Amino acid sequence: MSNSAVSNADQTKTSARKDGQMIVSVSPHIKDKASTSSIMLDVLIALAPALVASVVIFGARALLVTAVCVAFAVGSEWVFEKIVKKPSTIGDLSAAVTGVLLAFNLPVGIPLWQAAFGSIVAIVVVKQLFGGIGQNFANPAITARIIMLLAFSRTMTTWVFPDAVSTATPLVILKGETQQALPSLTDMFLGFRGGCLGETSALALIIGGIYLLARRVISWHTPVAFIGTVLLMTLLLGKQPEYQLMSGGLLIGAIFMATDYATTPNTDLGRIIFGIGCGLITVLIRVWGNYPEGVSFSILLMNILTPHISKLTRKNPLGGAKA
Amino acid sequence: MGKLKILTKGLIKENPVLVLVLGTCPTLAISTQASNAIGMGLAATAVLLGSNIAISALRNVIPDKVRIPCYIVLIAGFVTVVQMLVQAFAPALNEQLGIYLPLIVVNCIILGRAEMFANKNTVVDSALDAIGMGLGFTLALFVMATIREVLGSGTWLGMEIPVLIDNNISIMTLAPGGFFVFGCLIALVNKISKGKAIKKSDFGCAGCPAAAACGKLKGAECGKESEA
Repeated sequence: MSNSAVSNADQTKTSARKDGQMIVSVSPHIKDKASTSSIMLDVLIALAPALVASVVIFGARALLVTAVCVAFAVGSEWVFEKIVKKPSTIGDLSAAVTGVLLAFNLPVGIPLWQAAFGSIVAIVVVKQLFGGIGQNFANPAITARIIMLLAFSRTMTTWVFPDAVSTATPLVILKGETQQALPSLTDMFLGFRGGCLGETSALALIIGGIYLLARRVISWHTPVAFIGTVLLMTLLLGKQPEYQLMSGGLLIGAIFMATDYATTPNTDLGRIIFGIGCGLITVLIRVWGNYPEGVSFSILLMNILTPHISKLTRKNPLGGAKA
Repeated sequence: MGKLKILTKGLIKENPVLVLVLGTCPTLAISTQASNAIGMGLAATAVLLGSNIAISALRNVIPDKVRIPCYIVLIAGFVTVVQMLVQAFAPALNEQLGIYLPLIVVNCIILGRAEMFANKNTVVDSALDAIGMGLGFTLALFVMATIREVLGSGTWLGMEIPVLIDNNISIMTLAPGGFFVFGCLIALVNKISKGKAIKKSDFGCAGCPAAAACGKLKGAECGKESEA
């Protein structure tokens, strides 16, 4: 998979060049059919079950929030690239994926202008200011979510069901900050609980994850290490691992966010280290932190460590000098 | 350099915050409210004016080797005077600025101007430099604080702004918002002055308060570091 990722980078570089120019690039020269847009299309397909689930659980407004996020993510990418006179990359669908992922990390009652603000921050500040696709050091959707959590702390933590019943998320209940009862495990698995749009339905997310694994878009290393660490830690601490697994953004984070190409390590060992680090930080924040949820913070913090992890786990080429 | 140029260069061309990047700590900390920014800016300007005049007047008296302690004592004296005045006549401002008022002592702008300007120029020029730099500091603080207060709190100088007051983006008043606005303003100033605001070597190693103690100044390495 790392080969295909590299060849993507090559392809996007070469496509920017004029025809007839000789292209000299470093190895590997392996090419395959995968392209950025085909990978991103796969991710969108994998996110579809969660979108259906969110509409079933939270009502039609879930679709509206998602549409606004996608429209503003793609739109701001197009406008920014127009302004700085770069070739437009909206066709590679990566901005659309960012929009969907951001929407899935927002509560259904979020004011639409705030959703639009978050999408613009994700694309312009987190992605384009660092050089666009492949150059950003942090996951745009995760970073935008954290910025929104700090900017709009009230609306970002108000969880409302379509019948206007406000509810607490299972993580808040687990932390003992409210007297509400935990939802049943079946409801947790199907997603009928308080939470962000796309994070609640474990079933839908797992279907998406299996699709991505089968299509070889993601590798198993990060999600397994991430989720495994959370399960093991919460089991040792006696914090109801079965609820921890399906609470908050763990599944969507581990499957869709911690597997982003540009912002996570590119070696298998590195991916396992990345996942374990994410899991540890998540549990630390969930159990001892001020916030009920720590998945987005953990992924952002590990994004920052990614270059170092990649460097430390880099394989020496056969016959090459030791690094 | 003409007198007018000395006075006006601090506003944009050599703005202490946005071009020389001095005094960043109080800038980020205080610029959450426009009223605080004006208070902080004027207090620092008063100290800078006093210290620049005194240091310039004493520039042939103070021995080179112990000049930094001498400057600090002079600056601390003026800060104490300003602090007492603020405490006496503007207790509310004193409350708002808190620790940042006495911390003007270690504000890099003041020591920086002493080293870069006051100790090699006449008293009048140093006073003009202090006024220009002080106003440049105040201006930068005020613009930053305006952006942060309007977007972050929905108010301006304490006045509530309709619509924005209910839709405030509170991250703008926190540290990340401060850095973001800071970066945007630096970019804007670079754009206005087309990146030629000031030659880096003008305030490179030689302008550093630690230059006398630093080995690099004597060797050929000086200046290279500051270009990086």
